[in-house]
Amino acid sequence: MIRVQARTEPSTLMTFASPFLAIVLTLIFGSILFTALDKDPIQALHVLLVLPLSDAYNISEMLVKMGPLLLCAVGLSLCYRANMWNIGAEGQLLAGALGGSAVALMFVDSESFMAMPLTLLGGILSGMAWAAIPTYLKVKFNSNLILTTIMLNYIALYLLIWAVHGPLRDPDGFGFPESALFSDATLLPVLSDSGRVHLGVVLAILLALFAWFILSKTHLGFKIRVYGADEPAATYAGYNAKGISWFVMLFAGALAGLAGVSEVAGPIGQLTPNISPGYGYSAIIVAYLGRLHPAGAIIASIFLAILYMGGDLAQIEMGIPIAVVGMFQGVLLFFLLACDFFIRYRVVSSRENMA
Amino acid sequence: MDIDLITQVLFAAIKTGTPLLFIALGEAICEKTGVLNLGQEGMMLMGAVVGFMAAYGTGNAGFGLLGAMLIGMVMSLIFGFLVLHLGANQVATGLALTIFGTGLSAFIGSGVVGQTIAGFQPVYIPVLSDLPVVGKVLFSHDPLVYLAIALALVIAWVANKTRIGLTIKAVGENPNAANAIGIKVLRVRYLAVMFGGAMAGLGGAYMSLVYTPMWVENMTAGRGWIALALVVFASWRIGNIVLGAYLFGLASIMHLVLQGMGWSISPNLLAMLPYVATIVVMVIISADKFKEKLLAPRSLGKPFDPRQMA
Repeated sequence: MIRVQARTEPSTLMTFASPFLAIVLTLIFGSILFTALDKDPIQALHVLLVLPLSDAYNISEMLVKMGPLLLCAVGLSLCYRANMWNIGAEGQLLAGALGGSAVALMFVDSESFMAMPLTLLGGILSGMAWAAIPTYLKVKFNSNLILTTIMLNYIALYLLIWAVHGPLRDPDGFGFPESALFSDATLLPVLSDSGRVHLGVVLAILLALFAWFILSKTHLGFKIRVYGADEPAATYAGYNAKGISWFVMLFAGALAGLAGVSEVAGPIGQLTPNISPGYGYSAIIVAYLGRLHPAGAIIASIFLAILYMGGDLAQIEMGIPIAVVGMFQGVLLFFLLACDFFIRYRVVSSRENMA
Repeated sequence: MDIDLITQVLFAAIKTGTPLLFIALGEAICEKTGVLNLGQEGMMLMGAVVGFMAAYGTGNAGFGLLGAMLIGMVMSLIFGFLVLHLGANQVATGLALTIFGTGLSAFIGSGVVGQTIAGFQPVYIPVLSDLPVVGKVLFSHDPLVYLAIALALVIAWVANKTRIGLTIKAVGENPNAANAIGIKVLRVRYLAVMFGGAMAGLGGAYMSLVYTPMWVENMTAGRGWIALALVVFASWRIGNIVLGAYLFGLASIMHLVLQGMGWSISPNLLAMLPYVATIVVMVIISADKFKEKLLAPRSLGKPFDPRQMA
């Protein structure tokens, strides 16, 4: 007889093995799906996972996608550790893009060296402001954070669409819903010769390392961890719950805002209605896959970026609809949650148990 | 404002509120047993696309409804297995269901984008539908509007007046005690989750078979989430849910009213209204911390593990 038994302590091995196991299971699921669709599964997986890393240009495109995923996921990791269910990275990202664009458009004809830093600052502050709304409502009125952040995602999207049709539309743009092109002084410097890797990607990695430092080496990080693991204990220890909530939310908002402004002042170069293919939502998966740890988020964001990139390539090369990427992300999170079962439980045979 | 406009607006408010009503009714029962399923948006989208494809393929909108309910249940079972059997975090699993449903619906629906179907025709209730104003507003809808109201009545009766309702309440308030008196907690929760899935499927089918009759990626535009908020506003009471759904229907079509009154506000700003209204109502309702704690099912969101009972 085989049965499951609760572990006395959570398994550290399974905590780290579970994401990899989930990825393998997702790939098996994908192979079956592609076979069912009459697509060669080996070729499909090759296009999806290997091709994005096959040459310098593809790798640089993958890194461009990794930047916003990583920034959002690092912020979310801290939020979830502190039991703040922030689903609003997408809205904070869009707010950052919008606020940053408003600043950038003041420098359209300018060569000022302040253009780029001020644009980034505008994006970061806008992301923080957008995150401050649900935080205030949660801290002050006990509003459900999941629902307010989701609603604010939709509101941010319509605000952005309104802006590109209205006040931020390029007056010389023949009526297209797009802003004017940003000046060169506003754009983030590109770091590689054969691609579009920009300063934002480097900032993302540095900020992930900074968050790692906060979480593991500072008293604040310790408080976040205690608060998330055992709220009553944290309250008993006299930790300022509101302060922790504000910190993680504003930090996440700043990072998501930076992600948004780095897109418009980076690879896109202007404000358009479609600046994010759902990075803020995918970042939730990145955060979980990375075990709510900034270092884990770096690895997980690379994997999700490969998947995004592979999705683009699979559409071009094999005519597989791009929506397959979103579906795989959901399947991946399902498998991850299922594998996490074995962190708390193990399979035993009864005979062994009786001995 | 003239009477014709008022009639049109109220008629549309009921139509717009109907998908919210389906979903919120299902989720309310689910939450009453202690399970929070944030996957409504995903199940709704799957219901919309499968319902549309079934109706398109068979030429019969009834098969569309059936298909939508079935896929909603299948989706909810994935959630149920992870949350109930494996004790996975309900928030994360619900989000996964939404992400999965959004992606999968776009994936399987790519072939029918732009197709149209006949959908459901309005049913004019004899005599009553001839009444001025009221006849148009209340008695000349498609059959699903009446179905939603009938379901609300049945659910209110079952939840408040029957043994099944008591069982649901016992499981949601105190699963350990319910288990001790011999109620199969996980079975009750599975059934409630599946019921929620079928209702979310219906809500989705309403969008693609009646409301717009067509399939467009992401066509539900956050209605699954608004329905989740609605359950909280309504304090898990069926009567409040019915009222709330139609009020939110009204909020969602306020742009028609404002445009009718000659206001010239950007449609993109007006499109924010239902989401802003959701936040505002949520703040007003949840500001009373004590009240919400008192009314919410006490085991909401917490896993129940019979393995640790024994």
